[in-house]
Amino acid sequence: MKYHSPDSFHAAAEISANAPGSTRFLAGGTDVLVQLRSDIFTPDNLIDIKNIEGAKAINRSANGDWNIGAAVSGAEMNENEELKSEWPGIVEAVDLIGSTQIQGRATLVGNLCNGSPAADTVPALIAADASVAVQSPNGERIMKVADVPRSPGKTNFQKGDVVKNVIVPAKKNKSSDAYLRFIPRTEMDIAVVGCGVWLQLSADGFIVSARISLGAVAPTVFKVDSAADILIGKQLDDDTLHKLAATASAACNPITDRRGTVEYRTHIAGVLAERTAKIAYQRAGV
Amino acid sequence: MALDNAKSNGFKFVGTRPDRPDGVDKVTGRAKFGADMTAPGMLHGAILRSPHAHARINKIDTSAAEAMKGVKAVVTRKDFATDVHFESGLNGETWNVLENVMAGEKVLYDGHALAAVAATSALIARDAIKLVRVDYDLLDHVTDVDKAMEKDAPVIREGAADKSVPDGFHPNVVRYHESGHGDVDEGFSKADLVIEDSFKTEATHQGYIEPHACLGSLGNDGKGDLWCTTQGHWYAQKMCAALLNLETSQLRVTASEIGGGFGGKTTVFIEPVALALSRKANKPVKIVMSRSEVFRSTGPTSSTSMDVKIGMKKDGTITAASGVFRLQGGAFPGAPAEFTAMCAFAPYALENVRQIGYDVMANRPKQAAYRAPGSPMAAFAVESVIDDLCKALGLDPIEVRLKNASHKGTKASFGPRFEDIGLIETLEAAKAHDHYSTPLKDGQGRGISCGFWFNHGGETAVSLALSEDGTAQISVGTPDIGGSRASMALMAAEELGIPYEHIRCTIADTATLGYNEISHGSRVTYASGLATIKAAKDVVHKLCKRAAQKWDIPEDAVKWEDGCAVPSGANAGDFDPLPLHKITANMGATGGPIVGHFEATPEGAGVSFATHIVDAEVDHATGKTKIVRYTVVQDAGKAIHPTYVEGQYQGGAAQGIGWALNEEYIYGDDGRLQNAGFLDYRIPLASDLPMIDTVIVEVANPGHPYGVRGVGETSICPPLAAIANAVSAAAGIRMKQLPMSPPRIVAALKSLKDG
Amino acid sequence: MNNIHVRTKVNGDEVDFLCDPRETLLDCLRDKLHLTGSKEGCGTGDCGACSVVLEGRLVCACLVLGVEVEGQTVDTVEGIAQGQDLHPLQEKFIKYAALQCGICTPGILMATKNLLERNPNPTETEVRYWLAGNLCRCTGYDKIIRAIMDTAADMREAG
Repeated sequence: MKYHSPDSFHAAAEISANAPGSTRFLAGGTDVLVQLRSDIFTPDNLIDIKNIEGAKAINRSANGDWNIGAAVSGAEMNENEELKSEWPGIVEAVDLIGSTQIQGRATLVGNLCNGSPAADTVPALIAADASVAVQSPNGERIMKVADVPRSPGKTNFQKGDVVKNVIVPAKKNKSSDAYLRFIPRTEMDIAVVGCGVWLQLSADGFIVSARISLGAVAPTVFKVDSAADILIGKQLDDDTLHKLAATASAACNPITDRRGTVEYRTHIAGVLAERTAKIAYQRAGV
Repeated sequence: MALDNAKSNGFKFVGTRPDRPDGVDKVTGRAKFGADMTAPGMLHGAILRSPHAHARINKIDTSAAEAMKGVKAVVTRKDFATDVHFESGLNGETWNVLENVMAGEKVLYDGHALAAVAATSALIARDAIKLVRVDYDLLDHVTDVDKAMEKDAPVIREGAADKSVPDGFHPNVVRYHESGHGDVDEGFSKADLVIEDSFKTEATHQGYIEPHACLGSLGNDGKGDLWCTTQGHWYAQKMCAALLNLETSQLRVTASEIGGGFGGKTTVFIEPVALALSRKANKPVKIVMSRSEVFRSTGPTSSTSMDVKIGMKKDGTITAASGVFRLQGGAFPGAPAEFTAMCAFAPYALENVRQIGYDVMANRPKQAAYRAPGSPMAAFAVESVIDDLCKALGLDPIEVRLKNASHKGTKASFGPRFEDIGLIETLEAAKAHDHYSTPLKDGQGRGISCGFWFNHGGETAVSLALSEDGTAQISVGTPDIGGSRASMALMAAEELGIPYEHIRCTIADTATLGYNEISHGSRVTYASGLATIKAAKDVVHKLCKRAAQKWDIPEDAVKWEDGCAVPSGANAGDFDPLPLHKITANMGATGGPIVGHFEATPEGAGVSFATHIVDAEVDHATGKTKIVRYTVVQDAGKAIHPTYVEGQYQGGAAQGIGWALNEEYIYGDDGRLQNAGFLDYRIPLASDLPMIDTVIVEVANPGHPYGVRGVGETSICPPLAAIANAVSAAAGIRMKQLPMSPPRIVAALKSLKDG
Repeated sequence: MNNIHVRTKVNGDEVDFLCDPRETLLDCLRDKLHLTGSKEGCGTGDCGACSVVLEGRLVCACLVLGVEVEGQTVDTVEGIAQGQDLHPLQEKFIKYAALQCGICTPGILMATKNLLERNPNPTETEVRYWLAGNLCRCTGYDKIIRAIMDTAADMREAG
């Protein structure tokens, strides 16, 4: 394995496109190093992007959009009070990944690029309608987070692509987000089911816009438009919540594995959709 | 000499809570654990493990690995002793261990070792092991205990069953136990209510945080040294010698500091492999297991399938009890089915009781002892049925247990009559505890359970030497897993009458003391403690003799008081007390070094009982359980260092909480372990647990000079049942399978709703 | 072999070592610098026994590559005590018997010290969640939590 530490995203993309053999990017390393140590995957080239200028920055564009650098750790996001108050769901999702120690290293972009259907931040990012800025040897492009996952462990990025940063839109008036996941313990586990919800309310508390995304209940994290549609024009009365739960459960296509069964995951997706929507609704109303 | 053999009060040191002697080493990172040792010229070993649950090995081709740069030795089964022979049951335990350490003709479980390499770096060793090519013929496998007993189950090994097994059983049933007394059928006929139910528990791992690690050095002269993390280095010495065809005394084994064991480090896995590699490479070889290797290839406890039937009168009297306990112990005989059966009904004084245990083999790793092996599962089944009986008859669960509790003189369910025991005292203390009378909140359930463990004595040797400055050094042979050096020093201080701080207790290597059995069976504070006391008495006797010489009076005219020799009475003469340090100061000139020792196999370990109370809260929508309050009440006989006794109580409870709620071995249809890591094995986290309250009950054990009973294991006997009772109460449905994971609870609630 | 030369600062001392890019910071601390106080319990970031502080941030040394610490500062359990004076946490851990086998202790001390530097007055719940990545199999955490709460109170009083 060869270690590279390029000083620009363009150089990183060039190495990724041209180096012989397999490549992996290293930011927080909390997935890459586990795969290395467990002999699951050892790349021929490891490209460390942490030393690239801007990779560890959180800043805002002129239009108010948030740019979160590819090497920003969970702990750094959690310490950004402004980001936390505008997008509490995204920050909670990051914060749920692993331990304090993992938080010191793990990144939003790594969580996305790992391609896990159980990734905690991806449902929150999809609910937030976030995008990523992707550098390739030929130039830069913007891609919706929702378009990134392809199948378990796989993404729609091409060889030579490197994610520079995540772009989260500026917070809209009377809107907010939330993320919940279910795990058997209080911490440390991988999501059995994850759910991200974003809602925008009218002045009198009716939902005018909604996005819901589920994790760990299908081959990829996905957006559940059918569940979001149920909320439009509604307040969160019991009937709406029941319908929401049933619709979220109906959208699931999970597997049985060491973390949960098909039946259990399907059931929990409904429970979480309800609980997450309530939190987002309460936050959006403030 | 006027020495009391037993001492029940008036302790000066025993019962205090001083700092442990190895404390500074352990908070500064200085303590040397298994993987912390190095040697000049050291190589690193790695082991190839089977990915298959059951397969015949046709050929192992090591040529590519051997040819790799940096590789110095490759071993397979042919590099181990050839004169160790297969025998049935536990008669062939040495062969069983050899077969487990390095597979012979077949691999028997996912993780079974079959080749190893030693190389100049750990990375090269890991790379080289991937170059070993194995040609397998896959065989059918079985991992479930009930399925392993079925007629058409794959046979793990013909001829493994010993003579105890009645005719007609599948060859995977390798040992059988039956015991009890009275007439259970007649007993059941006298009951007002009989409940019979079936229970299952999954295998759990001891989960010590330190993986197995060792450093072995062996020459072609048959002389070797081994450093390893182990609960028993004399056992490691004996077993490694047998597996490598060495003379036992030519192999010196030193126990490292041990990063947890809980029964899982009572045997050998990598130690003989490191020595075999070392012999071949003629260099020291270090092997450290990965966490995945620990899960796949060591531990775990047995999985079980159990049927329990209990009859009760309306007043709570148990009229009869019977149980069948099937234990799956991996691909070798040894599942503690007899312990499960014998512990099951031990807390209760029963006229009619019968218990049967089956030791069953399956394609899983060889089970290892785990804290009171076999007992927690039995308590889960039995105490669940008692709980249901109490509910059905409207009786208080503690009153019912008090009514039936075993006491001194009770004929135990497993045979002998109990001596002084403290079960009733633990139940009374639980009843009186604020926890038991505090009202529950909505959605919470409370469970209680009793638990029992035998405890053990075992071969023990201790030596105690005095230094010229009047300080003392104790050499014991039982590795210190949880602060036992502090307890030894306290007991020696009590006898010698010198300050605790003036005593250093060391875990001696195998060349320094006689044979010491493993640190298991909760035996350390009992047996090494007893031996320390006796060795100290031996020293005191010698000190008195020196004083007698000096004063020129008879030996029996001198006694030992507060660290000084004094005349035993007015007739003995008028001499100032002679402190220990004044005697040792010139001991070279008065007869030579003063050393005491004691060697024996003490047999008065004294059984122990506990009662636990637990409150649990269940989220009915997700099936997730939260333990909101936990209280352990246990008889310690005499707590030498109460803080470490509390620690044992709390640790056992925490492990029980993990076992009850989330921990389990999960096998896929392919027979491979699906959760060989801490991520998906899910032991309890700091954020999962409440504070764990403890009550130390002290009913002296007549088999120990100070009344000590072992405390390490009994603490894990009641939790599975106590938590099951609490969760079942909170969920509103009896949970009969462990772990009570969220999917199982949701499924149970759904079945209740669906009728 | 394509070993890389790495220069770093460990517990205040400038040190350097050669490592294979696959070797973790934990491998380098233990095998190259002989700082064996950091323990490997899992190698996958699940147990916290290898907790160290990298540039002020608590991390698992098993999830950092040796080559990544070029020019950075690393603090380990060996650097907690100042000369012969133990840190108050170390003293309280001994006093409370907050360790049984002691294998998790270096990681828990590193994590807790880092917590108290950020939050001198944590609640019991905050301590428990901060330590969720530090597994202890012996104690049930009770005495660990008590030792930490008491140390925090003492340190606040001492200012």
